[in-house]
Parts: sequence; C-alpha cells; structure tokens
Amino acid sequence: MPWLSTLMGVSVLGALGVTLVRNDKLAKQFTLVVSLIVLALTVAMAVQFSPNGDKFQFAETYDWIPQFGVHYGVAVDGIALVLILLSVILVPIVVLASWHDAEAGKRSVRTYFSLLLVLEAMMIGVFAATDVFLFYVFFEAMLIPMYFMIGSYGGAQRSYAAVKFLLYSLFGGLLMLVAVIALYTIAGKGTFMFSDLVGTIQDVTTQKWLFLGFFIAFAIKAPLWPFHTWLPDAAAQAPAGAAVLLVGVLDKVGTYGMLRFCLELFPDAAKFFTPLVITLSVIGIVYGAIVAIGQTDMKRLIAYTSVSHFGFIAMGVFAMTTSAGSGATLYMVNHGFSTGALFLIAGFLIYRRGSQFIADYGGVQKVAPILAGTFLVAGLSSLSLPGLSTFVSEFMVLTGTYQRYVVPAVIATVGVILAAIYILWMYQRTMNGPTAESVKSLPDLNAREKWVVAPLVALLLVFGFYPKPLLDVINPAVKDTLSSVSVTDPKPAVPVAQEGQ
Amino acid sequence: MNGTIQAPSIEYALLAPLLVVFGAAIVGVLVEAFAPRYLRSAIHLPLTLLSLAGAFALAVWQAIKGVPTKPAAMGAVAVDGPALFIWGTILILAFVSVLLIKDEEHFVGSAAAVPGSAEEEQSLVERAAHTEVYPLLLFAVGGMLLFPAANDLLVAFVALEVMSLPLYLLCGLARRRRLLSQEAAVKYFLLGAFSSAFFLYGTALLYGYAGSVDLAKINQALGTVGGQDTLLYIGAAMLGVGLLFKIGAAPFQAWKPDVYQGSPTPITALMASGTLVAAFGALLRVFWVGLGGLDWDWRPVFYGVAILTMVVGAILAITQTDIKRMLAYSSIAHGGFLLIGVIATGHTPAENTSALSGLLFYLVAYGFTTVGAFAVVTMVRDAGGEAWHLSRWAGLGKRSPLLAGTFAFFLLAFAGIPLTSGFFGKYAVFQAAVANGATPLVIVGVVASAIAAFFYVRVIVLMFFSDPAADGPSVVLPSRGTAAVVGIAALATVVLGVYPQPVLDLAHTAAQSLFVR
Repeated sequence: MPWLSTLMGVSVLGALGVTLVRNDKLAKQFTLVVSLIVLALTVAMAVQFSPNGDKFQFAETYDWIPQFGVHYGVAVDGIALVLILLSVILVPIVVLASWHDAEAGKRSVRTYFSLLLVLEAMMIGVFAATDVFLFYVFFEAMLIPMYFMIGSYGGAQRSYAAVKFLLYSLFGGLLMLVAVIALYTIAGKGTFMFSDLVGTIQDVTTQKWLFLGFFIAFAIKAPLWPFHTWLPDAAAQAPAGAAVLLVGVLDKVGTYGMLRFCLELFPDAAKFFTPLVITLSVIGIVYGAIVAIGQTDMKRLIAYTSVSHFGFIAMGVFAMTTSAGSGATLYMVNHGFSTGALFLIAGFLIYRRGSQFIADYGGVQKVAPILAGTFLVAGLSSLSLPGLSTFVSEFMVLTGTYQRYVVPAVIATVGVILAAIYILWMYQRTMNGPTAESVKSLPDLNAREKWVVAPLVALLLVFGFYPKPLLDVINPAVKDTLSSVSVTDPKPAVPVAQEGQ
Repeated sequence: MNGTIQAPSIEYALLAPLLVVFGAAIVGVLVEAFAPRYLRSAIHLPLTLLSLAGAFALAVWQAIKGVPTKPAAMGAVAVDGPALFIWGTILILAFVSVLLIKDEEHFVGSAAAVPGSAEEEQSLVERAAHTEVYPLLLFAVGGMLLFPAANDLLVAFVALEVMSLPLYLLCGLARRRRLLSQEAAVKYFLLGAFSSAFFLYGTALLYGYAGSVDLAKINQALGTVGGQDTLLYIGAAMLGVGLLFKIGAAPFQAWKPDVYQGSPTPITALMASGTLVAAFGALLRVFWVGLGGLDWDWRPVFYGVAILTMVVGAILAITQTDIKRMLAYSSIAHGGFLLIGVIATGHTPAENTSALSGLLFYLVAYGFTTVGAFAVVTMVRDAGGEAWHLSRWAGLGKRSPLLAGTFAFFLLAFAGIPLTSGFFGKYAVFQAAVANGATPLVIVGVVASAIAAFFYVRVIVLMFFSDPAADGPSVVLPSRGTAAVVGIAALATVVLGVYPQPVLDLAHTAAQSLFVR
C-alpha cells in the first residue's frame, strides 16, 4: 500500500473538501475527522515499520520530470518517521485548539482549516521526500499556507511578521536552490534521488560551497543564531495553533535537513564546519535563554526559548555521536510536544484575557487551577525536568556532545539553568501572587481545551519514563547516517546513559 | 544576373501560418473600408480568432510533418523547431489577448478627438468605436511571428517595424486616462523609432563587414574577413541595442513602465507576452546564428546587461505604487532572468539544447501568467476606470476572494514559488546556466528573485491582510472573454507548475534541432 502518498492524498482531499463545506462548524468537524484519519493511518503505518530493516521503508518512486531527473520519491527512515508522527499528532490537537481562532476577525474559517490540512500534507511530504528536488519543492511550497495563516489570522503586527517570515525563508530557500542545481550538475548522475547523490561529491572545496548553500537555508529555517530574528515576530503574531506548527514542525525541517542532507551529502564539509556550527549553537542556547528572560510578551518568550532549544538540537546534530544525534532527533519530537503545549496553553490564556503581556496577569492559578497546572507541566518540560521526555533528549545531547566537545557542552549546560529562570519566573508572574483584578473572572479550561492539553501532557510523561520505542526507531537511522559520514563514537570516558530514568 | 530577374522560390506551405495572419489582417482592413459600422465588430472578432487559431493549427501541422532543415524563402525566413515553438506560443497568447480586447470598454471611441473636447463627448454619445483595433493587432502579431523567424537582418528589420508600428497606435487608444495613453504612444514611438534606427544602422554596418545581411553568411564571414573589426563590433553593438530595447533590458528599459501603464490593458498584456517572446526569439537567432562566432565578445556584455536588468527591475519595482507599472518592472526583471538563458548557451549542442529549451519553457510560462495578471487588472475598477493605484487594491481578498486569490497565485508564480509554472521556468534557465559555469549569474538571479518576491508579496499583503477601504474599487463581473482568459492563464500556471513534463518535452524537441543556418 502506498502509505505515504495516501497520507498526503487524504490531507489534500480533506483540504479541498473543507472548502466545499458551506457551514463553518461542519468544516471544523470535518477537518478534525480528516486529521484524525491521517493520524490513524500514520499509526497503522508506523507499527509496520521495522527499525532494523531497510534504511528507507514504504518507498515509492515515480518519474515526475524525467528531463530534469526529478522523481516523486517518498520513503521514511526512523528519523523521518518520528517527525511525521509528531506532525500528524500535532495537527488534530491544533485543529481542536484553534476552534475559535479564525472567528475573531470575521475571516473565513474554512480557509483557515483548509490551509491547515494543506500544510499537513506538505509537512508529511517534506519529511518523506527522498528526492532532493522534491524536498526543495515542499520546503518552499509549505511557506505559502503558513504565510497566509499568519498574515490573515494573526495578531496586530501580522502582515509585518508574515512578510518577514516569508522573505527570510524564501531567501534561504533560493540559496539552497542554487546549491541543489549545482549538486545535480556536479554529481552528473542525471537524477535527484538522495540515495544516488550520497557520496558523489568528493571534492572538499565543492562540498564546502554546497554545504553552505544548504546550511544557510536550514539555519534560517531552524532558526539558528544569528538567523533567528524572524521567529519571535512570526511566532508572536501567528495564531496559537499556527505558532505550534511553525515552531513545532516547520522549524524542525531545518534541523532535519541538517541531519539528513548537510551531513550525508557533504560529510567532509560538515566536519570542517562543525566548530563553527557548534559555536553558533552554543551562542544560540545562551543568547536565546537570556533574551527569553527579558521578554514581556508570553509568545515572544516562548519563541526565544525555542531559539535556545534549537541551539541544543543543532549542537546534537553536529556533535556527530550516536548519543547526541539520537538525542537531537528525540529532542525535535519532544520539543514539538513541549513547546506545542506551552503555546497552546498560553494561547488559551491570551484568548481569555485578550493580552499577550505577562504584566497583565497574576494569580491565575487561583481562578483557573487546571490551566495553571498544565501550564506548569508544559513549562517544566521546557526546562527539561527529569521525568519528562525533554529531559531524556537534552541529557543525551549534552552527554553526547561532551564525548567530543567538552567546553561547548559545559557552556550549553548553562542553558538548562537559564531555562529554569525564564520558565519559572514567567509562571510566577502570571500564575502566582495576588490575583489581578482583570483575571478574577477567568474561566478554567473547558472540555475541549482539556482534550487539547491532555494528549500532550500524556506524551510528555510517557516518553519521559519510557522513551525506548522512539529511541529504538531513531537509533538505527542515526547510526546509519553517522556511518555514512564515517565517524565513529569516541571511546566514552564514562558510561553513557541510554535511558533517562 | 544580367537583365533577367530570377523569380524567388517561396515555400508557401512553410510560411502558411504567417500568410494566414497577414491575409486576415488585410481582409480586416477591407472590412473597415467596406462593411457598415454596425457589422464590423461582428465580422472582426471571428475573423481574428479564426485566423489565429488557423495559423496555430498550421504551425502544429508543420511541426508534426517534420521540421525543415533549411531556411525558406531563399534563406530569408527560417521555419525551424524553435521558430515553430515560438509561433505556437505567440499565437496562443495573441488568441488569449484578443479575448480580452473583445471587451471594447478598453478602447477610445474616437482617437482623434482631443481629450475633454466636445468631439469626444459626441463620440461617446454616438457610441463610436475603433474597430481597426483588430486588423492592427493582426498586423502586429504577424510581425511578431516573422521577427523571430527572420533569417536575414533586413527581413528582421521589416518584421520589427510591422510588429511595432501597429503597437504604437494601439498604445494610444485607451478609453480612459487618455493623456497618459497618448503620452505612452508618443514615448513608445519615439524611443522605438530610435531603436529601429539603431537596428538598421547595425544592419548596414554588418553588411559593410560581411557583404551580406544573411545571418549564416555573416557568421561565415566572422572567420574569414579580417581588418574590419570596427564595423563588426559597432554593427553588432547596434543590433544588440535595437533588440535589447524591445526586450526592455536595462539600460534600455525606461519606456516599459510608461508604455505598460498608459496602454489599454489588453494591449499591455499582448506586449508583455507576445512582444517579449518574439523579441527573445529574434535576439537568440541574431546572436547565435549570425554572431555565434563572436560569442567571446558579446557574452560578457550580456552578462553585465543581465545583471543590471535583474537588479534594476527588481529594485525599482519595490518603489512602485501603480499595479501596471509594478508589473512592467516585474517584466523587466523577468527579461533579466531570461537573458541568463541566452548566456547559458554553451559549446556543445546538448548544452545549447538545454539552455534553449529552458528559455522556451520560461517564455511560455511567463507569457500565460502575464496575460492572466493583466486580465485581472482589467477587472478591478472604480469610477475612473481600472483602479491602478496599489492602495485601491487593499482588502480585495475580502471582497472578492476568488479573483484576489487567482491574482495572488499569479504573483506567486512570478515570484517563482514551487508548484507554479514560474518556478520551473526559472529552474530550467538557472540549471542550464549552472551547467555552463554561469553560477555567479545564477546567484545574482536568486538574490534578485528574493528582492522581487518582496514586492509581489506586498501586493498579496495588501489584498489579503489589509482592511478594505470604504470606497474601494469594485470588481466588475467579467465578460465571458475575460473570465476565459483568467481561467486559461490560471490553469496553465497550475498545470505547468505541477506537471511540466509535456511542455518541457515539446520545448526540448523544438530546441533539439537548434536554429537552422
């Protein structure tokens, strides 16, 4: 069965279907059903995945544009699989969370949900693409639905944020396009299939140039310091649901691209640039965290925490040890759930009070205990409290990096402490203390919102205690990736913990 | 030679598409002369559409029958693969533009009446109309067909004039904002006349150099004639000026915004698509077939022109507040991207084929999107006619989401977003350029694309993310013709963006035979 095409097809058909539904409420329900069907199909596919089987599974390859050597090629390995799972889990949650988002401005509700499903198809496609050209097509095309989601349904500065987001990403993408074309031309294989291109570029100087073309695009997307400035604007202005997908999934395309394309296609260049990337990552970790502390706007704060987190992921990817690589991949998944929860709960809070500013809140815990409680759990996951899944991944990244790069790992650990400051201080200012006059009548989470938060919290807890199923899928894929970069783990000075209990 | 004149042999079958279009144009003139006023429009429209469709059918038939390997009409006209492909493209684009013209709201009742005068009033009362538009258009299209197929410089010059003269007239026929329209016509005429003069002077100098105006013979002379380099270089440069003017490449781009803005929008659509295609065809033929041996000398110049054109087009477009001027600058920038394709020609036939087919595909993709975009412009109107000022477009997405959505889609295609035709056009050209070592040019190209994306996106922002003005323009219910144009253009933009292979194959086949000599 062509699983991956089916997943995308269902999403696209769903998107078309939504535009045909005349009734807004029906459109929402329809979207929810479609996204749940996609989730169910993905789960059905995932259980058939054999972690130790072929590297790429559920492969489909058809000629798309033979003249350019372009194929419609999709398949998943462990890394892609968990990221697709992340995407399809987040979409129904976002649908449920965005139930009233599109109504505020009297804008078309159907369009919003239709864009959401189009985006879902593209998110699946971008992770599943095994043809570099197809990857590029999804990479660029997925900007458009997100652009409209931010620009049409976002906050007061929405059009500025949307344009900034689009232009940054587009610029990076165009640089990547040059590298994609050059890769094709220099490889001279007449094909864009990833598996045929691996190892074709031997000349180190060429590798370096092409690496930069890809890397800058991914660094903007991820975003890595100093390419991050679009993210706080975009995430703060986007409606909460779109922000979740933006930070939770779209940005992962950047780090995923580094792991998949930068490392495997240009191994020598990757090694050459590793010190630079690690430095940028460490700066990003500390900088993002410090700036986050100073934010007065909740959504901007969360966006800056993500800059810090993406530093961890990039560092893990480029540390080139199995533990760091697997940790980084797991981090991508966990960060999606954790930041997703933060954004959504902050979104609920903002929806109630109509303000994004921390100063407008205080003592919410007394009037809305469930909201405050889940916010705390989400926040703790963001600061990687042991027992929550993010701890496992952060720990793996740090130990994995420590094996090779001691000083960066040590500095990065500061980020963990800073994380405690920005999260707990935000929690303290909004949830604790005397209840502010304006929040006295805030209602607690309703049933719909509880359904939104519950799965995220459950996932954070489950994978916090038992990350094995994810790691079993991720580890072989990461090992395989690193072996094609031909690096081996350094001898550990201390035994490396694999499980986070 | 002595006393007896040999009758030239003309391959009428090969030239049939040209003859049909010119013949229909002449019939159109006769209709103007003899048919009663109330009948003219009813005759012209089917005549024009049928002749364009017939010419297209003939061109297709020839392509199927097999492409000749020798120039026709005593070496004056080359009906080869690229020429047939370009003919097909121009004919379709012209057909589509005629559907736009059909809505006679665009044209003035009496062009001779001074704007604001009593005569003008009267012509409005009488519901006068210039039905000459149709034969003029057919002449222009005939010139467009001949221009890229002209295999000698004199024929090329004739074609250039046949193409341009009707266009000068058509530019001045706008029904509204007539002064602007007349200004556009005069500007276009004066500058166009200069550029034609340059072209003719260049022809004369090259004749002095090579002793022939035949492109193939000029190319032969490049290797054999010595000591006349001054004539050659000045002549080649002057030809270049004439051709680059028609393309609107910097630094000869100044006419484009004024002319595109002032002309009746359907005519702008025809110029922005058909003329551009024809001019690129002619440029390719002159510089490959005629001056191919000189490419070490002209390539660096084109390099500079391409960079300048892309940068000027993209940057100046940002400052525009008028939708038609913005599209004009966008067309300049796209001219720069297309020039990359001209430079991307290499030294092996395979490289040339890939560059040429990329260029041909780009022309098709861009042509359709452009016609579609201008068709949308004709539909957004307020009391004074079409609403050109960008601020008037604010919030259009809320009032007419379908139209605004389609326009946004065209803009994304201009910007080269994947899954639109514009992406593959750019990709094909860029890829050919990288394969030929013109990577720096491609990098400039992508940077210019990114800049260009900014102003395309700005329009989308206005339409969708801004609140509509209280007295904003209304979107007229499109006539069937206009609706068809928008539909066809949107369809072409989608299909070429999702499944470009058939057209790429066609372009590849057309390009494979390269230009006959």
